[in-house]
Amino acid sequence: MVLVLAETTKGKFKKAAFEAVSYGYQTAQLLGTECAALVLGTASGAEELGKYGAAKVYHVQDASLDNLDSQVYTAIISELVGKLEGTVVILSHSSTGKSLLGRLAVRLNAGSVAGVNSLPSVEAGVFKVRKPVFSGKAISEFELRSPNKVLSLMGNSYQPKIVGAPATVENPNVSVPARRIKVKEVKRVEGITPLPEAELVVSAGRGMKGPENWGIVEELAQVMGATTACSRPVADADWRPHHEHVGQTGIAIRPNLYIAIGISGAIQHLAGVNNSKTIVVINKDPEAPFFKAADYGVVGDLFEVVPKLTAAYKKFKAEQGG
Amino acid sequence: MKLLVCVSKTPETTAKIAFTNNNSEFDTAGVQFIMNPYDEWYALVRAIELQEANGGTVTLINVGTADNDTIIRKGLAIGADDAVRVDAKPGSALFVAKQIAEYAKGKDFDIIFAGKETIDYNGAEVGAMIAEFLDLPFISFASHLELSGNVATVSRDIEGGTEVLEVATPFVLSASKDLAEQRIPNMRGIMMAKKKPLNVIPPVAFEDLAVINSYELPPAKTAVKLVNPEDMDELIRLLHEEAKVI
Repeated sequence: MVLVLAETTKGKFKKAAFEAVSYGYQTAQLLGTECAALVLGTASGAEELGKYGAAKVYHVQDASLDNLDSQVYTAIISELVGKLEGTVVILSHSSTGKSLLGRLAVRLNAGSVAGVNSLPSVEAGVFKVRKPVFSGKAISEFELRSPNKVLSLMGNSYQPKIVGAPATVENPNVSVPARRIKVKEVKRVEGITPLPEAELVVSAGRGMKGPENWGIVEELAQVMGATTACSRPVADADWRPHHEHVGQTGIAIRPNLYIAIGISGAIQHLAGVNNSKTIVVINKDPEAPFFKAADYGVVGDLFEVVPKLTAAYKKFKAEQGG
Repeated sequence: MKLLVCVSKTPETTAKIAFTNNNSEFDTAGVQFIMNPYDEWYALVRAIELQEANGGTVTLINVGTADNDTIIRKGLAIGADDAVRVDAKPGSALFVAKQIAEYAKGKDFDIIFAGKETIDYNGAEVGAMIAEFLDLPFISFASHLELSGNVATVSRDIEGGTEVLEVATPFVLSASKDLAEQRIPNMRGIMMAKKKPLNVIPPVAFEDLAVINSYELPPAKTAVKLVNPEDMDELIRLLHEEAKVI
């Protein structure tokens, strides 16, 4: 059995949940078994997970599960795995999944791999799976030698696919232990796709010269429906909030499109973004190291190029719409 | 108050990544190693700040061979009181967590700190594993920690926001940026570190369940395609028709 934890935010499924269920479905196919999804806390539309390949959906509707407590989640998942004779547990490589993975590995006596980005292979009973290491500068192949296994799936690395119909939702009879961690408050930036989940990212660095010049970056991001990010020096100088910092010591992301504006491309920055599908670099210095990691480059003054790009995108959108 | 800080050794951030022995081992030739930045800059420093404010001890623990002593001494120079090295080649995260949990068991640490992840294997697993071995609450990605008596208020980074949490000691915490400000060891600290205890203990037997068979480097990037800065329509066309990302 493959069991997938399908994550929600404020009762709605994250894109990562559909990715994880699709990945779990394909893994189950490889193993010749079924895929079930697990939903914890308040959520609507759990039956929809069936479309992505969950043969069954377990929903533990207890509001105390709306926010993570890794001990509580681990108790529920391990109880369910015990009942299901579950072997492979799939999590999203998110703030929730990353916090659970290690705990579950210990509890289930399972080999674990954090942040896988492709399907496992099973040959002659040997289970192998790959993940990026050294901040994306290499890929390693792990072999898991235990009957139970726990994997977390890197966001935006597996395209969700519709393969079936809505599934039946069951409320399993599991005990929900009391939380030892109390939630006092949850603060969220509303209306913006969080960076780890964003498909389009517009990022800027020191070439912007000062925080007052960010208008053109924000406009481009807004027009494209992209999330804004920044380089470390910019976050350190408080030009931008630290949650926007991508790179080795910030957030590692892998969007479909990463547009880097006025960022030279230090190795520590590249480590956080070099798994992006497509990289566009806009810099007036043709020697900027970032061009070596880019798919498309524009050598020019960002203060002229970025507004032109915004205008070109608007035109493109209008044509698409028409 | 008794604090334990788990530190790991990682290649320095600009190190060239290459592999040896038929791509089965990381090539350490010419690579400089450092204390994992999340462990050093945030976890260790916040523990030392709490010790300075509340008294008690900060113990640093590392799983590794004798060549790790350099980074352990650095941790002592920054301000840890004593250190323990479990004398073993660190295998999987589970192996490392087992060693640390075995050491910590029954020693009544109030808070066990780790960095949010190492910058080499990027797993973020060890803290959660230690917490499970010891049956303790675990708060990951902590960017703020205040203590009042035995109750901690912790801010935890989540996608697009922050959770503010409350937990009683003992617990395990993993540190992200902003938990503390990096400290550079001063001469006095470096001198004192030489006299601080560094106890080397043997590992407990533990079979790895996850092993790395091989490594490879990502495919080389094709050369950048330069677009005329006057012609952003062309860039949009390429992104739409060629890269198919918009």
